[in-house]
Amino acid sequence: MTAPSTATATSLVAYEDAVRRYDPVLGIEVHVELGTLTKMFCAAEVAYGGEPNTQVTPVSLGLPGALPVVNGKAVEYAIRIGLALNCNIAESCRFARKNYFYPDVPKNFQTSQYDEPIAYDGWIDIELDDGEVFRVEIERAHMEEDAGKNTHVGGSTGRIQGAEYSLVDYNRAGIPLVEIVTRPIEGVGDRAPEVARAYVQTLRDIFRSLGVSEARMERGNVRADVNLSLRPTPESPLGTRTETKNVNSFRSVERAVRYEVSRQAGVLDAGLPVIQETRHFHEEDGTTSSGRVKSDAEDYRYFPEPDLVPVAPSREWVEEIRATLPELPVARRRRLQTEWGYADAEMRDVVNAGAIELIEATVVAGTSAAGARKWWMGELARRANQDEVTLEDLTVTPAQIAQLQGLVESGRINDKLARQVLDGVLAGEGDPEAVVVARGLEIVSDDGPLLAAIDDALAAQPDIVEKVRGGNQGPVGAIIGAVMKATRGQADAKRVRELVLDRIGS
Amino acid sequence: MTNDITRLSASDLASALSNKDITSVEATQAHLDRIAAVDGDLHAFLHVSSDKALATAAEVDAKRAAGEELHPLAGVPIAVKDVVVTKGLPTTAGSKILKDWIPPYDATLVERIKAAGLPILGKTNMDEFAMGSSTEHSAYGNTKNPWDLDRIPGGSGGGSAAAVAGFEAPLAIGTDTGGSIRQPGAVTGTVGVKPTYGGVSRYGLIAMASSLDQAGPVTRTVLDAALLHELIGGHDPHDSTSINEPVPGVVAAAQQGAKGDLKGLRVGVVKELSGEGYQAGVSARFEESLDQLRALGAEIVEVSCPSFTYALDAYYLIMPAEASSNLAKFDGMRFGLRVEPAEGPVTAERVMGATRGAGFGDEVKRRVILGTYALSAGYYDAYYGSAQKVRTLIQRDFAAAFEQADVLVSPTAPTTAFKFGEKLDDPLAMYLNDVATIPANLAGVPGMSLPNGLSDDGLPVGFQILAPAKADDRLYRVGAALEAALESGWGGPLLNKAPELKTTELAR
Repeated sequence: MTAPSTATATSLVAYEDAVRRYDPVLGIEVHVELGTLTKMFCAAEVAYGGEPNTQVTPVSLGLPGALPVVNGKAVEYAIRIGLALNCNIAESCRFARKNYFYPDVPKNFQTSQYDEPIAYDGWIDIELDDGEVFRVEIERAHMEEDAGKNTHVGGSTGRIQGAEYSLVDYNRAGIPLVEIVTRPIEGVGDRAPEVARAYVQTLRDIFRSLGVSEARMERGNVRADVNLSLRPTPESPLGTRTETKNVNSFRSVERAVRYEVSRQAGVLDAGLPVIQETRHFHEEDGTTSSGRVKSDAEDYRYFPEPDLVPVAPSREWVEEIRATLPELPVARRRRLQTEWGYADAEMRDVVNAGAIELIEATVVAGTSAAGARKWWMGELARRANQDEVTLEDLTVTPAQIAQLQGLVESGRINDKLARQVLDGVLAGEGDPEAVVVARGLEIVSDDGPLLAAIDDALAAQPDIVEKVRGGNQGPVGAIIGAVMKATRGQADAKRVRELVLDRIGS
Repeated sequence: MTNDITRLSASDLASALSNKDITSVEATQAHLDRIAAVDGDLHAFLHVSSDKALATAAEVDAKRAAGEELHPLAGVPIAVKDVVVTKGLPTTAGSKILKDWIPPYDATLVERIKAAGLPILGKTNMDEFAMGSSTEHSAYGNTKNPWDLDRIPGGSGGGSAAAVAGFEAPLAIGTDTGGSIRQPGAVTGTVGVKPTYGGVSRYGLIAMASSLDQAGPVTRTVLDAALLHELIGGHDPHDSTSINEPVPGVVAAAQQGAKGDLKGLRVGVVKELSGEGYQAGVSARFEESLDQLRALGAEIVEVSCPSFTYALDAYYLIMPAEASSNLAKFDGMRFGLRVEPAEGPVTAERVMGATRGAGFGDEVKRRVILGTYALSAGYYDAYYGSAQKVRTLIQRDFAAAFEQADVLVSPTAPTTAFKFGEKLDDPLAMYLNDVATIPANLAGVPGMSLPNGLSDDGLPVGFQILAPAKADDRLYRVGAALEAALESGWGGPLLNKAPELKTTELAR
């Protein structure tokens, strides 16, 4: 049998054209790493960035004789996620073994939930860019453990093919995961990419507000597998789907869906069948390529994990957890927008920049909503962009921004000086107050030195003084400029103007 | 003197130690000497840990001299089946694939043994990964039966049973998935107990079938088994299936039973575990033991457990299914043997294949293949699913039988020890050895085998007692009563009738 022809044999169809003639259906699986102190089944520490193979126990290394014990905190977090997604919580559910041989799976089986997920039958409303609310139905949310991390050394691609050898770091093996699986998301039409992106983003925000994960996309805390199929009309049966694995940024989710719509439309236009397979997404050019074919022959030999007893959360406990659920992001966003008085577009920019928490904390620290937005969406966004980091990675806290804005509002520094103070804060020189003192950046507010500088400036430019006395205030700027220069910008320009006019008039 | 020490029961040895008649160093050295003298023939041990055992003994002696409070078994040496991981001591599970593997941690039961101050003499031989009934499937050679060196010592725990029967150790640890403690006990004239599932932590037992495996004592007397059972039993937070309740009072039950009063006790004879397939001498000794129990005041009733006839079939689906998954971790990637393919590319998958091909013996491969098949999509319901249903039926049979009787009894094994090679090429005949012991594992109930005489061939026969889950104490009450009655008839322990082993003179 020859290999079936792939998308390379067919051409892409322009996205707009594709969605006019085909109806896309999405299905999204999101994995989130839980922010527990220890792993899913043992007491090994969970911490990002440790030396390889230092956060391990006999259990997470799969040594002979070791046995798993369920992490109660992980169960609580899974229930929190389930409740936030309006799911039912199972009265009793089991773990199963998913058997397959791969070096990053230390036992050569993954302990996961299979036919008995802890949470099932839920939904979540997501808000699209134009404010339209779209409901996504959740089939299930189940608990499982992460695998180790492979590093393939010696090849050109970083993939296993062509590598000379591979290294495995088991620090990640056994970190608790919750996998959230949607039902087929229908009726999205040409907004499929946007819906997919908004859904993953909404989940990310929920994970954070629940406090169950840092949910940092760039660290792989949240990973999405995007299933997509096309069918001729919304009434047709579902088409064959592909699963694009490990799409790890919001933008990539959007691009991956867009690309698959175009690609599959090309395959179908050519009269070929879409092959059911997993696909890899390529950040560089936004394309996907064929991974392994998902045939029915793939057999994980699932069976109930005999080393664990069923997880049976009491109804009282579930209700206790429900009572502590925080306000969910969509509701919170609406409340904050009203409180802050931001326009829709302004709020959307804030959300997209991931600045809600930062602005909120800044406001709590005493800054006006407008002032907080000015900093985070202006100067700080510019600097984050310049350094290619996220806003929260900047080495400045909301409290420091609040203090900085306070200095400006009290007139002790001006905007230009404030930017210099920010330089100091970002350079680790301490709080804004400390930087102002250390760098001597305070506006000169004592009139004595100012008057001296003004008198010097007036004496140096008698022609301007004459013009101003004659009633033409235009050239006064030159005097002010000279004073500002003489005081190295530390003078309050408004006060200088007052004093200059006063002096000339006297 | 040396000979005397090794002949003592563990409880007598413990008394001698606490009375300061002897030291633990003397007792430990006596057993090490005995091992050196007879283990060349018996081959009960895969590894002897003389230095560490003597160091522990010296520590215990020092503590005793300082007047510290000690565990009743402190200073009494013990042997541990090689399927139990021991920090710093080689642990192979009888397999080539774990040759030279030194575990970095202790099983929970080993931690308890160490905390109580029992010197660990070494690790005992076994069928590879505890798969077998003769210890012939060990990758490291056969263990001989002390009663007849041409015969098997039972399995999988033939090493522990032979060590205790051959006076190389007063106590040993065994594990029992389908009879691996009780059947070796029966064929070597020793006492073996499989506690209630969850009664002893499985943390650190190299798993064969997680839902069936259970560790327990291997000893020469019922009281010794009770003492060891209490030491290793009890809840362990590292084992989710461990029972979170106090250990039943098994020592007290053994002491009470030894007084010989079983009035009011109902003993159920399981109809399905007798008759055809049971050797005449085995059946005769069984009937005599029933008479003994009657004489002690027990009422004998017949009970029927019709589903037991399917137990072997269900067992040979559930056990291999779980084993196929449990043994997947032996792949040459992280520990143990690593074999690269003889030719062609060295990929992870091919190394795994070559390692498992070279490292596993035939019986292990047979069960891994059986289990992989039983769990396969399309076959799961017919095989693993059906077997689990049979398991439920067996549990119901037990529940019904325990309505009519306080304990159930049967011969432990259908025959006495067979000769090496006799059943090696006939797996089904080998599997039939466990026909009477398997139901207890499937239901999770406790079972004991104790010696109840010699068959016509002069080889020991075992008597099995089964009790409801968490009622392990009943085994000890009945076992101790029967043991006392039998020994008074024999004029001493059955092992006194065993032939003297040829000893090698030591160059010490």
